[in-house]
Amino acid sequence: MNERVKNLREASQNAIPTISAERALLVTEFYSSNLCQQVSVPVRRAMAFRHILNNKSICINKDELIVGERGPAPKSVPTYPEINLHSIEDLEILDSRPKVWFKADDVTKKAYSDIVIPFWTGKTNREKIFANVDKNWMNAYEAGVFTEFQEQRAPGHTVLGPNMFKMGFIDLKSKVAESINGLDYFNDPDAFSKREELKAMEIAADAIINFASRYARELEELARTENDGNRKIELMQMASICKRVPANAPQTFHEALQHYWFIHIGVITEVNPWDSFNPGRLDQHLYPFYRKEIDSGTLTVNSAVELLGSFWVKFNNHPAPPKIGVTAKESSTYTDFSLINLGGVKSDGSDAVNELTYVILDVIEDMRLLQPSSMVQVSKKNPDRFVKRTARIVKTGFGQPSIFNTDAIIQQLTYQGKSLEDARNGGASGCVETGAFGTESYILTGYFNLVKIFELTMHNGVDPLTGKTIGLSTGDVTKFNSFEQVMDAFGRQVKHFVDIKIKGTNIIDRIYADNIPVPFLSLVIDDCIVNGVDYNNGGARYNTSYIQGVGLGSLTDILTSVKYNVFDEKKLTFAQLLEATTENFENQQELRNQFVNYTPKYGNDNDYADNQATCIFNTFLEAVDGRPNSKGGHFRINMLPTTSHVYFGSVTGATPDGRLAGKPLSEGISPFQGADRKGPSAVIKSASKIDHVKTGGTLLNQKFTPNLLAEEKGLDSLVSLIRSYFRMDGHHIQFNVVTADQLREAQRYPEEHKDLIVRVAGYSDYFNDLGDELQDEIIRRSEHLAY
Amino acid sequence: MQGVIFDIKHFAIHDGPGIRQTIFFKGCPLSCWWCHNPESRNIELLCEETTDMIDGVKVNSSNIQGNKYSIEEVVKEINKDVVFFEDSKGGVTLSGGEPLIQHEFVKKVLLECKRMEIHTCVDTTGNISSDVIIDISGVTDLFLYDLKHIDDSKHIKYTGVSNSRILRNLKLLDELKKDIWIRFPLIPGFNDDESDLLRMMELLSKLKHTYPISILPYHKIGSHKYRRYGIDYKMEGINEPTENQILRVHNMFTNAGFVSTVGG
Repeated sequence: MNERVKNLREASQNAIPTISAERALLVTEFYSSNLCQQVSVPVRRAMAFRHILNNKSICINKDELIVGERGPAPKSVPTYPEINLHSIEDLEILDSRPKVWFKADDVTKKAYSDIVIPFWTGKTNREKIFANVDKNWMNAYEAGVFTEFQEQRAPGHTVLGPNMFKMGFIDLKSKVAESINGLDYFNDPDAFSKREELKAMEIAADAIINFASRYARELEELARTENDGNRKIELMQMASICKRVPANAPQTFHEALQHYWFIHIGVITEVNPWDSFNPGRLDQHLYPFYRKEIDSGTLTVNSAVELLGSFWVKFNNHPAPPKIGVTAKESSTYTDFSLINLGGVKSDGSDAVNELTYVILDVIEDMRLLQPSSMVQVSKKNPDRFVKRTARIVKTGFGQPSIFNTDAIIQQLTYQGKSLEDARNGGASGCVETGAFGTESYILTGYFNLVKIFELTMHNGVDPLTGKTIGLSTGDVTKFNSFEQVMDAFGRQVKHFVDIKIKGTNIIDRIYADNIPVPFLSLVIDDCIVNGVDYNNGGARYNTSYIQGVGLGSLTDILTSVKYNVFDEKKLTFAQLLEATTENFENQQELRNQFVNYTPKYGNDNDYADNQATCIFNTFLEAVDGRPNSKGGHFRINMLPTTSHVYFGSVTGATPDGRLAGKPLSEGISPFQGADRKGPSAVIKSASKIDHVKTGGTLLNQKFTPNLLAEEKGLDSLVSLIRSYFRMDGHHIQFNVVTADQLREAQRYPEEHKDLIVRVAGYSDYFNDLGDELQDEIIRRSEHLAY
Repeated sequence: MQGVIFDIKHFAIHDGPGIRQTIFFKGCPLSCWWCHNPESRNIELLCEETTDMIDGVKVNSSNIQGNKYSIEEVVKEINKDVVFFEDSKGGVTLSGGEPLIQHEFVKKVLLECKRMEIHTCVDTTGNISSDVIIDISGVTDLFLYDLKHIDDSKHIKYTGVSNSRILRNLKLLDELKKDIWIRFPLIPGFNDDESDLLRMMELLSKLKHTYPISILPYHKIGSHKYRRYGIDYKMEGINEPTENQILRVHNMFTNAGFVSTVGG
């Protein structure tokens, strides 16, 4: 990393996360004006967007090459009061909580108490949502059966496609004009609505062009007073870039990065979309510019790396906007889930890995930043050396890049009805979510607590935590004669809650479509312009709503324990099992030992347990897959938790797998923490038994210690392991290279870390199986390797 | 017919080429002082008291270490990992103990693998009758052949048996043109004497073919098992080889023209 990038990186790392009232004040000012009362909703949103961009402060950081900040300064995060309104208490909590804090000064708080809160109270989208969903929905939401993504943040979850690197906003404006000219007021009852939406898009396009011009002017001004000759030239070049893009299609590598970044800022200023925004297949988009300039000599590899470094820092300057209410108390994450995709295949299906792919991998390794996150797409067409280069970065232990199966993603997208070409241009964003880049709105609607639903089944629809009846009465489990009856009752309970969730989503989606259209985002996602329909109203070519199943590993173990201990081995009755879980295994260590250590578990390539995983998966899939949403698309499932498995565990009592009340559930499709005892290949086999192709993404985490990957043979084996998983249609795998601290934790709580494999000396073994002295020694060694 | 197996390890990456499934057979004619798996010496299945920690409370239960498997059961286990064998160019390794004590069962497993086009290794001490070696050599792809000491009196002292049959069988396999990887457990102060190593290399260089050598540095991993199983532990105070000690031996082999690797 050169001196400049090093300084930029350091400045970004040291920037203090703060709450900025700038956007809130501008949006309040606009919404209080008369101007806003006379226009349609989409035009009003576009004018608000324009008002913000025309008046927000311009920030150009020392020595940076890519410009544009969402807030007045790096890590100064705006709020979105039209969507959710922070109270003074929220601001105080954010200011003082020990983790993931945001400083909120007195000026900000005063602006909030004097202007923002008085205006927006009773008018926010969040309040509209809670006023319109029904009682069943509220009950399930409050019990922790599911979460709701759209309650605090707008639908986002989309990624820029290849076309936007070939077009500028002037081009988009002529597309908009064409679409307006084509409106048919005689036969199309929506013609007027479309005109209003298209007019809004036009306003939004002008707004971003003007925003870039403001940067250009400021850069020229800075250049005028700059004493350093080199920087002076640089600032003038940057000014001319900001005059060209995003108004016009980018012509150079530098322009392409700046072009994207203005779009990024536009998307995350318009609203607070989930998973910020994402350039997607960065190595594909940038390669034509890279190739052309490297060949003509106007760009060197070093200058490309420097520009990419400056680009990386911009992502790091933008933490996720903090939430409100109870969630403000919980520490969450600064990460806003922008996931750079590398590798995969081109739209003609050929190997997409190129020279720039490796350059960007170097940048990822060198920058070692949490944001942007990065992933590689691995297709059978990609070379092993690409996977091995990735494995070498994974080995360094910062959890990036994660590794995805392109061939599975393409199958998933075509299963959902996308064209082959759109599928090949797709990838994964956020955590692991599959999408067609540039053409799809794929909204995550909420995490879905499968374990809680089984707990409710065990208690005949009553939540044992509150005593409230919130589920179906599916029968008294102590009277069930067979395991099939248990599964049947669970299946009906799942269907019940999926119905509640889908109904809620179909209401919430309409609330967004009617009140919070996003004309700017609609400009850059096909085919909103052609359709004359907003992104939030089904304007994209594809519209998918995902529900995220959580707790597959835990629930598999729970059901397997019921089958094994109650029905097959008859170690105890269901009544006794219920009593033990209700009492949180108080003084029942032997029983808990039986459940934890001597009952078959998911993650060991044992069909006795894994059969329950496929049953649960299919039950969930059948309840959701292919049902219509309100935007002309369909509901689909994916299997990922982010951090919800911790929250969901906290609202779920003790379970028959031996898990104690309140403890976290398993994450993604990974086995329950410590349940897998037969190594990574067995985990992969278990995880492959569900049909990944029918999901929009699954998440599998594996732990390794750094020394397991120290030798070439370890890396080669990792590459083979990835290939094998992907040959069985596995969607995603991520390797946590474990640190000494985690090993110490494992030493203290061995029962939770039974799956931890360590490299000993010339061979590998389970950490738990090693004598104390050796454990100590490996901890010392890992510490050495990890730091 | 059943085989007595004390463990099946998946994702074994140090027991031959690629990713392997290593099947550990019970029973061993040697009793090496440094053995990692002393519980594997006896072919009998023994009941073992295990203690699990749950919520800070010790819970005892008694379990049998190992299991008897039919051929079908072993084949079923092997089949689980075929996808990994294919992608990594790996396969099945039969190890122990000494797998060839149960050579009839082992041969059937190897034949099944051959039928399924799965690569096999036999990890042997070589201390077995020549008839068995000849018989097995026809049905396996690769031998991992342990050479623990060139000096017979020291071999007898540290392993309980003479090395004469081991060396004879190695020559036999050499005549039979079998693929062999020599495995040399490096135990400082026991078998790293320069003159002993030179003698070992001399013997190896007199063979018709040159074989790669894997140096397996001694590790204390098994020491707690001796206490658990009440077996006399003779390695108290013996240190693991340092990197320099390992490098010295590695360089000796390499300089003598052998392909030497550290670890499996």
